[in-house]
Amino acid sequence: MSKLEFDVPAKGGFSFDLCKRNEMLMKKGVQPPSYRKTGTTIVGLIFQDGVILGADTRATEGPIVCDKNCEKIHYMAPNIYCCGAGTAADTEAVTDMVSSQLQLHRHHTGRESRVITALTLLKSHLFNYQGYVQAALVLGGVDVTGPHLHTIYPHGSTDTLPFATMGSGSLAAMAVFESKYHEGLTRDEGIKLVTEAICSGIFNDLGSGSNVDVCVITKGHKEYLRNHLLPNPRSYVSAKGFSFSKKTEVLLTKVTPLKEKVEIIQSGEAMEE
Amino acid sequence: MDTDAPHSMGTTIIGVTYNGGVVLGADSRTSTGVYVANRASDKITQLTDNVYVCRSGSAADSQIVSDYVRYFLHQHTIQLGQPATVKVAANLVRLLAYNNKNLLQTGLIVGGWDKYEGGKIYGIPLGGTIIEQPFAIGGSGSSYLYGFFDQAWKEGMTKDEAEQLVVKAVSLAIARDGASGGVVRTVIINSEGVTRNFYPGDKLPLWHEELEPQFSLLDIPSSPGPEPMNI
Repeated sequence: MSKLEFDVPAKGGFSFDLCKRNEMLMKKGVQPPSYRKTGTTIVGLIFQDGVILGADTRATEGPIVCDKNCEKIHYMAPNIYCCGAGTAADTEAVTDMVSSQLQLHRHHTGRESRVITALTLLKSHLFNYQGYVQAALVLGGVDVTGPHLHTIYPHGSTDTLPFATMGSGSLAAMAVFESKYHEGLTRDEGIKLVTEAICSGIFNDLGSGSNVDVCVITKGHKEYLRNHLLPNPRSYVSAKGFSFSKKTEVLLTKVTPLKEKVEIIQSGEAMEE
Repeated sequence: MDTDAPHSMGTTIIGVTYNGGVVLGADSRTSTGVYVANRASDKITQLTDNVYVCRSGSAADSQIVSDYVRYFLHQHTIQLGQPATVKVAANLVRLLAYNNKNLLQTGLIVGGWDKYEGGKIYGIPLGGTIIEQPFAIGGSGSSYLYGFFDQAWKEGMTKDEAEQLVVKAVSLAIARDGASGGVVRTVIINSEGVTRNFYPGDKLPLWHEELEPQFSLLDIPSSPGPEPMNI
C-alpha cells in the first residue's frame, strides 16, 4: 500500500525555514537590520511627597540617532508612570499592554490602580518570555499604600529601591545619585537631582542624549514635565534660512501640528430616546 | 559592561538551626555582569508567617519560584485550617525546582518553625534535591564557608550564639567572594515569632588584610600597619 504524505501546516513554534537563507546572506556580507533601541538613561527617586521619574530623549538604531526627542516616560495609570530602556518596540508594547490591563482592572474593582499590580503584570510577562522581550523598566507611582519605586529587568526580576537608574547611562546617573541622594528631599531638590543624573547620562554616555523629561507623581496629582531641560539646543541653524530654487513660487503655506489636540466640548444634555 | 546580562545574585546564604528555632542570613548584593545592580537587596523572602526562604542564583527565577510557592502555601493554609509546616513549604519549592530543572537556575534554603517539628532547615540546591540539614549554606560565597562551619558549628546553640555565627560567616564570605557584598540581613524564626535584623557594612568585623577604616587617604595612618601572617 502506498504511503500518502500530506503537507501538514506547522503546529506552532519557531519556523527554521529561513535560517539557511539568512546564513547565506550574512556570508555574502549583508548586514541584518538593526532594531531601534533606546540607549538611554532612565532614573527614578522617592522624595518626601512621592516619586520623581526622569529620562533622556534619544532613540538609536545602531550608531544612528533615529529620534532626537522621543518619549520614554510611558503612562500606565493616572497615578503610575513607567520609564523604559532597551528595545523601543518592546518597552512601548509591554507598557501599553499592561496599561490597558490596569484600566480593565480599575473598571472591575472600582479602585485606583496600585503600583504593585503593574509590577506583577510586567514581571510575569517578561519572565514568561525569558528575557527575549528586552525591556528594562523603572516603574514609579503613588497609590493608597504610599509612594513606590521599582526596577524591572528583562528576565523578570524586580528590585524595590528608594532611588534607581537603568539603561546604558545608568552608571553615570547612579554615580550622581549615590553621592547626592538623601531621604526627605523636597520637590525642587528632587527635580534638580533627577535632572543632574540624566544630564550626567546625556553627556557621558553615547547611547543617551538630547533633552531631559521629568515626571513628578504625588498623592492625587501628577505633573509630566516634557522637555523640562533642553541642554542640547540646535545651535547650527544656518542664517540664510531655507529658500526654494529660483523658478519655484510659494502659493500656500500650511502648518499641520504632528500631535492633534483634541478639545472635549462639554455637552449640554444627555442624549434621550 | 553588559547591562543585558541576566540579573543574578552572586550571594552568600545561610540557614542554621538552634535550640528553639532557626536563623537565616544573607548578604545583599545583586549583580548584572560586573555591575552591582542593587547593593541593598533583601534575599530572605517570606513564604508564610512562620516560613522564610533564602534565594540565590538567577534573581528572576528565584523571585518567580518564591511567588508561586507563597501563593500555593496561602491556598494550602486556607484548606488545612492551620499554619503550614516547614516540610510542606520546602517540598512545594522542591517540586517546582525539580520539575522545571531545565529552565531554572536557583538554589534555595527554606527555613522556619512549626509546632510539630520545631525549627527546621531544608536546602534545595540546583537540580531540585531536598535535604533536611541542621545547617545549610548556599550561593557563590558558600565555597569559602565549608571549612569554617565544620569547625565552628555545634548542636544546641542559643539564639544569640546562632545569630553571631551567621553574621560572622556571611561577613567572612563577603570578604572573600567578589559576588557577595553590601549588608548582612538575618531573620530569626521561633515559637514567639519572627525578628528581622540588619547589620550595615561598617558594623561588620574586619578580617585578614582588610584596611582599617579611613576617612581620607590624606590622613597619616597612626597604626603601624597590618601584621605579617604567622604560619
